[in-house]
Amino acid sequence: MSSSSHFLRGARTSPTRRAVLAAGVAVAFAPTVRARTSRTLTVAAFPLVDQIVKDAIPQWAQRHPDVGINIVMRQYDDHHTAMTTALSTAVYLPDVMALESSYVGKFSNGGGLSDLLQPRYDIGRHRARYVEYAYNQAINRKGQVVAAPTDIGPGTFLYRADILERAGVTAADMQRSWDAYVDGGIRIKKATGANLIGNVKTLKDIMIRSGLQAGQGIYFDSDSNVLVDTPRFHRAFELALRARRNGLEGRLATWSNEWAEAFRRGVTSTELGGSWMVGQLANWVAPVTAGKWRAAQLPESTWVSYGGTYYAIPRDSDPELKALAWELVEMMTLDTGRQLAALKTQDAFPALLSAQDDATFDQPSEFLGGQHARVLWREAARHITATAVHKQSNFAEDAVNAELDNVLDDGKDIKQALADAAKLLQLRAKR
Amino acid sequence: MKLPDFLRLSPKWAPYVFISPFVLLFVVFSVFPLCFSLYLAFQSWEPTGGLRAMEFVGFSNFAFALKDSWFWMSLKNTLWLAVASGVPQHLVALPLAAFIHTSFKRLRDGVIAVYFLPYITSTVAIAIMFGSLFSKDYGVINATLASLFGMEHVDWLTNSVHIKPAIAFIVFWRYVGFNTVLYLAAMQTIPGELYEAATLDGASRLRQFFHITLPSIKPMIFFGVTLSVIGGLQLFEEPFILTGGKGGPQQAAMTSAVYLFREAFDFNDFGGASAMSWLLFLVVALLTWITNIAFRTRKGATQ
Repeated sequence: MSSSSHFLRGARTSPTRRAVLAAGVAVAFAPTVRARTSRTLTVAAFPLVDQIVKDAIPQWAQRHPDVGINIVMRQYDDHHTAMTTALSTAVYLPDVMALESSYVGKFSNGGGLSDLLQPRYDIGRHRARYVEYAYNQAINRKGQVVAAPTDIGPGTFLYRADILERAGVTAADMQRSWDAYVDGGIRIKKATGANLIGNVKTLKDIMIRSGLQAGQGIYFDSDSNVLVDTPRFHRAFELALRARRNGLEGRLATWSNEWAEAFRRGVTSTELGGSWMVGQLANWVAPVTAGKWRAAQLPESTWVSYGGTYYAIPRDSDPELKALAWELVEMMTLDTGRQLAALKTQDAFPALLSAQDDATFDQPSEFLGGQHARVLWREAARHITATAVHKQSNFAEDAVNAELDNVLDDGKDIKQALADAAKLLQLRAKR
Repeated sequence: MKLPDFLRLSPKWAPYVFISPFVLLFVVFSVFPLCFSLYLAFQSWEPTGGLRAMEFVGFSNFAFALKDSWFWMSLKNTLWLAVASGVPQHLVALPLAAFIHTSFKRLRDGVIAVYFLPYITSTVAIAIMFGSLFSKDYGVINATLASLFGMEHVDWLTNSVHIKPAIAFIVFWRYVGFNTVLYLAAMQTIPGELYEAATLDGASRLRQFFHITLPSIKPMIFFGVTLSVIGGLQLFEEPFILTGGKGGPQQAAMTSAVYLFREAFDFNDFGGASAMSWLLFLVVALLTWITNIAFRTRKGATQ
């Protein structure tokens, strides 16, 4: 307050209008002046990640009592739109931004994120400490590493043990192949009336992510050739159609109220997704079903990653705070204690290998009926390979989903549907 | 109290100072974006690379937009919704205005207010309300249809065939009151003697409507239809919110405005989106011009 009171005193000695106005201006700017003397790191994040960073503030305050952390939280979509805008104009850039893995891919080649291989960050020396695919996922075409992984989502197969038992189906039967998975669904439906899955789109989404060669994208290869009209997609579409024709799905929009209700009532007997889905089910979707679920590896030994979170440092953020920003990123991603805290409170599966070797990992999960499921996911995480994310992957996802709807709802021929999707993507591949 | 000289506005500058707030806002939020989007339409831009990542590409964004089947599909969706929501608006608003004009005396303002209310309600609130009204299993609309006609539950918002009529209905509901107010205002300017004379001559109310009311308010109909054409072609909020910003099942509710928003912010292609927005502008201008021709008084026709 020293600067503003000085101005006010000046105003009292010669009360001109100008001086009063100047005092007003000084008062308005005073907080900014103060903020500069004690520095603040701005972290932009979306829900749950913001909480994880918030939980880390006490530890940070011990290291840097003079550097505050200001967390700017926005909802998932808004956050990524805001980050796109901030990067495009280089205005209101945070010092650290949280990014979901698909956005890391999309932003990686734009040049708006700092290359963390630079000597001042030197993330390269920590490479072996991260889950391999999570680190590789952040490498762009120029070989730069644009973000540090903090949590990952190894794909998992969740099933209601009680319903499967009533139907006389074992998880091992269903894990044998994707066809066996749908066969199991038919038997479950017949014996219990329960649906195999809430929405067959989920089945298609997991299947198109499986069997990718390292460095290949889901929809495009590294030379932007379209990969949609391939056996991988044909098979996913065929199985989705088979599940739909046998009435194995609830036709519910994922995350909708009806979708959640179906879990609560035991109408949905299995789910495919990232390991974080267990936390979602346990916390809000269907806590009443605790103890009835089990986890297993995905059918056909499919190793896929389903989401994950990274921290990035914008290229054009305040240069004086970059070292501190990196220190925070290091603390969030390389400190075993922090990674385990995020696992405990928010079910964020650690991207740090040493955290995965912690005793916490052998603790049983109550929601999964005492199963030691984290060990499964740790194994899955070591099999997953990085997937290249193409600039047009968001569009590709939409185009493929629209064609799947055409197939499922209007009986469009699968060959034709995928050929049409491929044609649509061809036009944009090199844009 | 006399102000010191440096704070006094000279009459020469006063007008400019007084209009400056509007001009400033207009320049920042209308002129600049307009010019910037025209500039962007000729650039290829990876937005996360910052402003320096732009690259001049001539007309290739326009060529891409014209070849893009989703752009054409979005135009078709837009036209469908504009017609299906716009035509009923006027067909209902005209007789409704005439009815209110002739049948209500003291209650008139209250009745108009009720019809006008949807127009001034927030689109977000409307979309959320209709989202639950149209809900498949728990919605009031399906419950009513089922009890009246024994119809099965219709999946209004998750089926590509049903979502268009659902949205057209919301847009119709929202703007019918606005058009009614327009027509009512126009009807109040028609001299009462015309109707008295017509009544004396034995003209029925229907004849009076077609031969006195309609011709007299033709300029207002032109105005109302023009607004509907422009508004219908720029339809954005209702489909955007009802479909969670994604365009709905099989993109059936993706209007051109929704598509070009997605092209920029979901698909990161600001150049393509800008080119599409200028193409959409051409379509709007063309259809407005056609409306103008349709309403022009033909040579030899009497007023």
